[in-house]
Amino acid sequence: MSGISSARGDLRIDHVSKSYGDFTAVNDLSLTIPEGSFFALLGPSGCGKTTTLRMVAGLEEPTKGTISLGNTDITFTKPYQRPINTVFQNYALFPHLTIFENIAFGLRRRGIKDVKEQVEKALDLVELSHLSSRKPTQLSGGQQQRIALARAIVNRPALLLLDEPLGALDLKLRRQMQIELKWIQKEVGLTFVHVTHDQEEAMTMADTIAVMNEGEIEQLGSPADLYDNPKTAFVANFLGQSNLIKGTITGNDGDNHVVELFGQKISLAKNRSHAVDNSILAGIRPEKFRISRLATPTSGNILSGGKIEDVSYIGVSTQYQVLMPWGQELMVFEQNDDGVAPFNVGEDVNISWEAGFTFALRGDEDAEAGTEVNPEEIIEDDE
Amino acid sequence: MSKSGISNPRTPYLLLLPGIAFLFTFFIWPIANLAQTSTQTPIAGGDTGEYEQTLRWANYLDAFLENKEQFGRSFLYAAIATVAALAIAYPLAYAIAFKAGKYKNVLLVLVVAPFFTSFLLRTIAWKQILGEQGVVVPFLRDLHIIAPSTTLTSSAFAVVAGMTYNFLPFMTLPLYASIDRIDPRTLEASGDLYANGITTFRKVTLPLSMPGVVAGTLLTFIPAAGDYVNAAILGSPQTKMIGNVIESRFFKIVDYPTAAALSFTLMAAILVLVSVYIRKAGTEELV
Repeated sequence: MSGISSARGDLRIDHVSKSYGDFTAVNDLSLTIPEGSFFALLGPSGCGKTTTLRMVAGLEEPTKGTISLGNTDITFTKPYQRPINTVFQNYALFPHLTIFENIAFGLRRRGIKDVKEQVEKALDLVELSHLSSRKPTQLSGGQQQRIALARAIVNRPALLLLDEPLGALDLKLRRQMQIELKWIQKEVGLTFVHVTHDQEEAMTMADTIAVMNEGEIEQLGSPADLYDNPKTAFVANFLGQSNLIKGTITGNDGDNHVVELFGQKISLAKNRSHAVDNSILAGIRPEKFRISRLATPTSGNILSGGKIEDVSYIGVSTQYQVLMPWGQELMVFEQNDDGVAPFNVGEDVNISWEAGFTFALRGDEDAEAGTEVNPEEIIEDDE
Repeated sequence: MSKSGISNPRTPYLLLLPGIAFLFTFFIWPIANLAQTSTQTPIAGGDTGEYEQTLRWANYLDAFLENKEQFGRSFLYAAIATVAALAIAYPLAYAIAFKAGKYKNVLLVLVVAPFFTSFLLRTIAWKQILGEQGVVVPFLRDLHIIAPSTTLTSSAFAVVAGMTYNFLPFMTLPLYASIDRIDPRTLEASGDLYANGITTFRKVTLPLSMPGVVAGTLLTFIPAAGDYVNAAILGSPQTKMIGNVIESRFFKIVDYPTAAALSFTLMAAILVLVSVYIRKAGTEELV
């Protein structure tokens, strides 16, 4: 059918803003999503990620800026003219049509000839061929999710948008679908843009993650980049957990800074510091810490004078809260694999870690940013 | 009472009893009475309105043949009014369901607001609206849509317009209920899957609102086919509907058998039409 853009290529979002009255949902967002990638927009409820997705789909118009696909400007193109398909949050399957007709819907609108063959192929891909004559209400949530995916993929869009596609599934099914989605993306070779508030989901599936907060991108990078070397306190806290300790850069030692944390000196690689001056927040992931009894020799960065405040045994690891002399509680995850007797509440301990794991944020950042949102508890609804 | 909470197995039937008693007294018994009346003939030499049971089934044929014009007119007017009401109510219900936002409830109250005034008064008001002193006639004359000599009262147009107006809420409410249940995301999904506005309406919105369309058209067509108030107030002898005939046979001519036979014929005709319609609309499970 004429009218549908045949644009292919990278998706470019260029200085896009979206306001509803006084509220700015998306603020001057610029982003390039390379063709063929699995890209995740990750952020808490209300961060603007769904609005961004809807603007790409054509369901909302940007207040400012342009969106283009390859060399084609699609900012104000109608949804039905874009070579973009969406897997909606609650699937939005057509309740009056059979599974077969649901999947055939886009093909029929475009006047494609071999509808039957293509629908069957799509059903094969999601392994639900036997359900083609059922109605959507007769399917389980996981099956509906796959049909929604098949209904979008069958059109071979330049871009497939997934809006919290696994949000309504239970944990076990979600894990399974994450792996399957990733496999399907490789199999069909389409560009996937995935919106989620679940950091684990984003990290499992995406090649590149953009962490969004309050309508802006906090940081963009591979899952490992974001986790190992976060640039802001929000990213450090939203992706996994972080211990952020106030400190000052007091000197240099080759490629490293010498940092003083409440009177104790540690080492920080210069290229892992995002601070703008000498005032920093030193960051260490809880699983990077090692706890040792006072007499045990330790190497790397050491903080002494800790006292075990709380112990929780959770199987694969034991989580400790360690109270430091300056009154801050640090979180430590110890693998239960080293034969060291577990520590008891009240024990005096030292904490150590490999110097290379330290990262540093600007000293004026709010160390609590991103911690108040517990991704598992939020039911996404920021449309 | 037993511990399980399900006490006497006869309780459900006891609870049904008042309803059954009511239905029997005010529906089944009168219907049976009517059926019995429909085959009576006048008592030879008796007074006006005195009839005896002679099982004269030919009453039905006589009554129908004598009034087939009014039958045809009833179904024609009811059909036109139903289509007109659907054309007006669908966009209205759609707008209330999807576009009204916080004014949804206010608009719904406005839809049923006419019921606060008597049906008769509202129909008489239409006589004024369509009359020489109203705004409609001079306006249409100025635009040369109707000739200067044409009047709108006492016409088929007035009867159909009155019926359309009077039954509009019965069309709007089921349509609204049905459209309001449509997940707006399915409409977005349709657009996302290359359907433009018109195709989305044809392929998604309309099929999903069919239960409302069927319920609304039945709730409009059935009472409209049997209506006599609109024709009596807004019509002329040339626009008489079957309801008017039944009314005059019963109350003016006291020809009870003919009136009863006509009533049964009307009921049967509506029943047949409705069954065919529901079968065609393919929504047996919805009614």
